[in-house]
Amino acid sequence: MTAALEIANLQAWYGESHVLHGISLAVQPGEVVALLGRNGAGRTTLLRAVMGLTGRRSGSIKIGGKEAIDLPTYKIAHLSVGYCPEERGIFSSLSTEENLLLPPLLTPTGTSGQGMTVDQIYAMFPNLKERRHSQGTRLSGGEQQMLAVARILRTGARLLLLDEISEGLAPVIVQALGRMIADLKARGYTIVMVEQNFRFAAPLADRFYVVEHGQVVENFDAAALEARMPLLHELLGV
Amino acid sequence: MEIFGIPLQALMSQLLLGLVNGSFYAMLSLGLAVIFGLLNVINFAHGALYMVGAFLAYLGVTSLGLSYWAMLVLAPLAVGVLGVVIERTMLRRLYQLDHLYGLLLTFGITLLLEGLFRSFFGVSGQTLEVPEKLAGATDLGFMVLPNYRAWVVAASLVVCLGTWFTIEKTRLGALLRAGTENPRLVEAFGVNVPRMVMLTYGFGVALAGLAGVLAAPVINVTPLMGSNQIIVVFAVVVIGGMGSILGAIVTGLALGVIEGLTRVFYPEGSEVVVFVVMVIVLLLRPAGLFGKEK
Repeated sequence: MTAALEIANLQAWYGESHVLHGISLAVQPGEVVALLGRNGAGRTTLLRAVMGLTGRRSGSIKIGGKEAIDLPTYKIAHLSVGYCPEERGIFSSLSTEENLLLPPLLTPTGTSGQGMTVDQIYAMFPNLKERRHSQGTRLSGGEQQMLAVARILRTGARLLLLDEISEGLAPVIVQALGRMIADLKARGYTIVMVEQNFRFAAPLADRFYVVEHGQVVENFDAAALEARMPLLHELLGV
Repeated sequence: MEIFGIPLQALMSQLLLGLVNGSFYAMLSLGLAVIFGLLNVINFAHGALYMVGAFLAYLGVTSLGLSYWAMLVLAPLAVGVLGVVIERTMLRRLYQLDHLYGLLLTFGITLLLEGLFRSFFGVSGQTLEVPEKLAGATDLGFMVLPNYRAWVVAASLVVCLGTWFTIEKTRLGALLRAGTENPRLVEAFGVNVPRMVMLTYGFGVALAGLAGVLAAPVINVTPLMGSNQIIVVFAVVVIGGMGSILGAIVTGLALGVIEGLTRVFYPEGSEVVVFVVMVIVLLLRPAGLFGKEK
């Protein structure tokens, strides 16, 4: 089976500063993978590097088997990737519905499923439907986060890169986001998520990568989680 | 009939003249606003491209024997293509840098274009005949309305409102607004942002070209006509608020009218009134009437 995402020896820079030092990882279709690590370890940069949003990059990034390291950002998206940035990126000059409908439908050349319809998305996020005419940035933090994820579900993207979606949200909202991830997994999405909140990610992910100083230092699956807790405690303080 | 000792006829005709000038201000500052919003470039070449539009109309009609109506389409198209070439080959390289570089480059392009046209046509100026269908005037009873001027105001209103509608109410406009806020993220959604930027610049300067064609029959077409205009238009943009679409349109028209009225009541002040307004606005609302405080 072709990996949904296969990264080999990825190096990335922001200007002169060398941020990623040879990252390698693989994500299979339908998997949920969590990237753990301290702030500044390079996890957000890793997602940005996949999208071509950092400076210079080298190495290999294969998305659904296609090499993406030399593609411009907009073509990477068309390899069926949906990206939800850490800062959520809700546009203040657009209404909620305009935000939702903004990302164009992707036209991947490979095999990929259909995106969710707007009705399905509104059924999943009733709040967004209720507030669809509000300015995007007038929504609550939790609603903005849901909107940021919802808008990449419509496009036909199958690989979702979610950066810190639980950050700064109330526990009840975080729980709802957890149910959403489980739901998306059941729908067959492949998900790579960067998470600071270990307790949020632990029950959701199939596999974990631990990133330190721009390198992968640990890689294990959910079954091995219990055995790795002492190590995680040391690395992440969880 | 007289108002404040001014014959109504004179008042109305100055008002109309103000509206005509305001139409040009509105179209030019609208293009500047759209370009600044998405490209972050202060397009100093806007006035020169307005001049190019006027000259192309003049040349098309007098040398090629094309009609005014054909040039109304062809000249803005040609100016738009010229804009696309400028964006592709030069401007594109400056987006990562300070505003100042874009300003300097487009200022250089202005000098180049003006010099080029001056060496071919001199500075004396040409005039384009008003097209036959719009020649003459209509007597409205309280004033005589020159048909061509009415056409200029109507045409520019349609173009400005059409642009405003497209940007504020359509999907294409949503992409533009989002691209103005966060172009990298819009690109990460799969939108070819570099192409969108290129076409936006082309469209913005095509608006200037169109303003040039509309102006050609009512003003003296000279290589420096753009420089005279662009300073006032920059003042309009500052008053309206940099980057605001509606602000550019409303402010452009309003300042044209204010200028016209000043010409009636205090002619000596008509050349500076726009700048006086600018000073007042900057003192009271530094971000402009329609701009958002940062």
